[in-house]
Amino acid sequence: MIIGLGHYLSVAAILFTLGVLGIFLNRKNVIVILMSIELILLAVNVNLVAFSTFLNDIVGQVYALIVLTVAAAEAAIGLAILVAYYRNRGSIAVEDINLMKG
Amino acid sequence: MIITAIFFYLFAAVCVASAVMVIASRNPVHSVLFLILAFVNAAGLFVLLGAEFLAMILIVVYVGAVAVLFLFVVMMLDVDFAELRQGFLNYLPVGALVGAVLLAELLIVVGAWVIGPNVAAAVTAPIPAPSDINNTQALGLVLYTRYVYFFQAAGVILLVAMIGAIVLTLQHKPGVRRQVIADQVARRRATAIEIVKVKPGQGLS
Amino acid sequence: MYEAIVVLPLLGAIIAGVIALVGARNRYPGANPPPPDDDHAAPLIAEDHARAAPSPHGAHAVAHESHHEEAFTEPPAAGSQAAALITSTFLVIACVLSWFAFYDVGIAGHEARVPLFTYITFGDLHSEWALRIDPLTAVMLVVVTTISSLVHIYSIGYMAEDPYKPRFFSYLSFFTFAMLMLVTADNLVQLFFGWEGVGLASYLLIGFWFHKPEANAAAIKAFIVNRVGDFGFSLGIFAVFYLTGAIDLDTIFAQAPGLVGKSFHFLSWDFDALTVVCLLLFMGAMGKSAQFLLHTWLPDAMEGPTPVSALIHAATMVTAGVFMVARLSPLFELAPTASAFVTFIGATTAMFAATVGLVQNDIKRIVAYSTCSQLGYMFVAMGVGAYSVGMFHLFTHAFFKALLFLGSGSVILAMHHEQDIRHMGGLWRKIPFTYGVMVIGTLALTGFPFTAGYFSKDAIIEAAAVGTNPMAVYGFIMTVGAAALTSFYSWRLIFKTFHGEPHDRHHYDGAHESPKVMLVPLALLAFGSIAAGWPFISLFTGHGVEQFFRESLKFGANNHVLEDMESLPLLISLTPTVMMIAGFLVAYQFYIRRPDLPVALARDQRVLYRFLLNKWYFDEIYDFLLVRPAMWLGRLFWKGGDGFIIDGFGPDGVSSRVLDVTRNVVRLQTGYLYHYAFAMLIGVAAFITWFMFSGAHG
Repeated sequence: MIIGLGHYLSVAAILFTLGVLGIFLNRKNVIVILMSIELILLAVNVNLVAFSTFLNDIVGQVYALIVLTVAAAEAAIGLAILVAYYRNRGSIAVEDINLMKG
Repeated sequence: MIITAIFFYLFAAVCVASAVMVIASRNPVHSVLFLILAFVNAAGLFVLLGAEFLAMILIVVYVGAVAVLFLFVVMMLDVDFAELRQGFLNYLPVGALVGAVLLAELLIVVGAWVIGPNVAAAVTAPIPAPSDINNTQALGLVLYTRYVYFFQAAGVILLVAMIGAIVLTLQHKPGVRRQVIADQVARRRATAIEIVKVKPGQGLS
Repeated sequence: MYEAIVVLPLLGAIIAGVIALVGARNRYPGANPPPPDDDHAAPLIAEDHARAAPSPHGAHAVAHESHHEEAFTEPPAAGSQAAALITSTFLVIACVLSWFAFYDVGIAGHEARVPLFTYITFGDLHSEWALRIDPLTAVMLVVVTTISSLVHIYSIGYMAEDPYKPRFFSYLSFFTFAMLMLVTADNLVQLFFGWEGVGLASYLLIGFWFHKPEANAAAIKAFIVNRVGDFGFSLGIFAVFYLTGAIDLDTIFAQAPGLVGKSFHFLSWDFDALTVVCLLLFMGAMGKSAQFLLHTWLPDAMEGPTPVSALIHAATMVTAGVFMVARLSPLFELAPTASAFVTFIGATTAMFAATVGLVQNDIKRIVAYSTCSQLGYMFVAMGVGAYSVGMFHLFTHAFFKALLFLGSGSVILAMHHEQDIRHMGGLWRKIPFTYGVMVIGTLALTGFPFTAGYFSKDAIIEAAAVGTNPMAVYGFIMTVGAAALTSFYSWRLIFKTFHGEPHDRHHYDGAHESPKVMLVPLALLAFGSIAAGWPFISLFTGHGVEQFFRESLKFGANNHVLEDMESLPLLISLTPTVMMIAGFLVAYQFYIRRPDLPVALARDQRVLYRFLLNKWYFDEIYDFLLVRPAMWLGRLFWKGGDGFIIDGFGPDGVSSRVLDVTRNVVRLQTGYLYHYAFAMLIGVAAFITWFMFSGAHG
């Protein structure tokens, strides 16, 4: 069968949902949150590239390249923050990060 | 076409399955490894779509740099993963419900859309046929000419990220002696030398 | 000159007040003053009391059951001498000027009206602040300034150890100023200003030793009971304004005859206008002069220092009511019902106060009830139309009542702040001068022939005998009876204080005569008690009245009281003297010859004795009928209305609800990132759902 745009978009949607679920379903590990964010960005990339192919426009891939760059930078910073936080607090359990509690 | 379809379903299925395992895994190291698997399969999907440069970049950057970085951090932090699984099931029903709703809506959109009639004419930079130039060259022709500012901005973002990561995590260990060049250069005679009159045979104390 | 008489005391008050404030600031710079010891257990004035007998004063704590004055724990304030001297000097000057004015206005006939400044210009109402100097005013000026200056000088000695002298003298002078404003008032509002001013001064002076709770309570009681009277007085002023459209006396008196027969229509009843006005105004006099029903404050006012009692509650403030009735004589002459009521109240007060004074044990309270009774006499005279006779008694009473009070003060000081006459006795050997002047004062009070009191008091009784007032007969009977009782209790006081065996040996041994600065005023007042009668008879009663008082007192066309008094049968005019002798004899029997008789009588007639001792239970009745319901109502409004309803539904309630709401809202801020992400997700899902199903175009 012809694999159309819709298939790719469905895959991207499922990946996106899984990434979102991963953010708030996990309790104990900040790293999983960061990985879920990477999953979300991956889903977005798949979406962009799929549209680029099916609309015959290379701008989608350029955009996906930029997104890739930003995702890498954000992962680096996020992990650096995590390391600094771990050094200060000694734990990366999400449940313990409630300093913003009103 | 059959081959395409088979590979598509293969890559898609493994990608989704490994994404599920990323968030469901007990061991964070396993999570990272499953993330790597997801990335690899996504790269496969990209290849199927004809964006091979992006697929390779995905492997090199995402898997080779970002995921390895994740792995380093996971190994460095002393996480006790015995207690990591509690409380997971408390929010599962509600969360799953909301996630299912979101997914359903996304799929409804996917199933009911039509491409507008004047989109084809509004294409900004059409992909040239792969027989003329390959994907990498096509990207390069567009990236360094029309989108050079975005390219430079991306470089600046990376620079900032690098500096930021260093600033956040660099710790000076106490007791390590370093040169402070500025102090050395700014030294004056008045602070460097002290002249003491000493009586013969008396000593300095 | 008249401005000087009125302003000098005010000036003295201000200067003394500034001295007091500056001294207080220097003593307690910036901090709240520490509460002094107000227990009676450690009087430290022993060291200051220069001529005290060398006896241990620590034993006083046990011996004192009756209340005595505050134990002072501080040295006298800085500038006390200056304050005392300045105020006393000013008042002596004012006194001299007043006697001169008395001659000038009364004898030589130069009346004056001195406008000071314009007061009210409001539409048709023009009112000036002016001093009205007519013979009536001159009499009052003399009384007020003489007694006030003597009290000032006396206080230099009496309050010698008090640490707050400048404040005391400031208040005394302020009181004098207010009283002078009252008597020189040319319009009703100015009179009311002075009225209120003396009420305020009375409150300040009664509560002078404000660390004592009894003094505070007494001051509040005086002020509030006065207020009740002032309420009636204000209504009277409003009624006068409503009827005449003016508040100055000349206009009112001119319009008064035209108001006869007019009536108010109020709540479907018709009231005679002038009667209503006079009754309301008299209600103020009842409060100020402690007449029956509004008398409860006067005995408690004895909490203040004795000079205060002498000045305010004997000679001047309480006579303001009498003066007011005299001043408004044109109105009262035209309202016979009101005059009858005045006589009735006066007579009842005279008898009532005399009965209560029979059994009191505090020396100052006896004199206070005596004052109350004598004021009743004055109102009897006012009521039957013999205004000048009432003024005569006011004039003489000021002298001998002030003498009695100041003499009592001398006794109290000699007995080292002991005020219960049951603990005194045999003092005539120790303080002979005080004994002498007290006897002179008592003679004048009881109406011994040829003392000042004889002429004025007997004149009142004669006036009551010939009065045409419906209440005149009642007035006559009551005043004659009260004369006997007055004699009895006055001599009882003398015998128990000065004769017999001393009951408190310790205090008796330490008793000594007061310093000269206190004795000189006593001597002057004793002289006045004798000499203020005979030379002034013709001016106040008899033929010289018209020539002296002229227009200041109005005698109506039917008022022949003064002429009729001349032609009384001798029997009637001798009745008061007979009563006086009878009272003296009974007191002599009871307290000199057979001292066991009164004790036996009190034991046999327990109920009657307790009834009189507790002042006919008026305080208890008022407490039950008025005070308790008022407090209950106040508490209800405070706790229920203000606290529960207004605060509950208003500020406090709103703030509590706000806090409740925020407390619940705050629980959304858990601090957990995934909660926030979850909320964002729900938001996104909601948005998408809405857009999908609302058919957003585009």
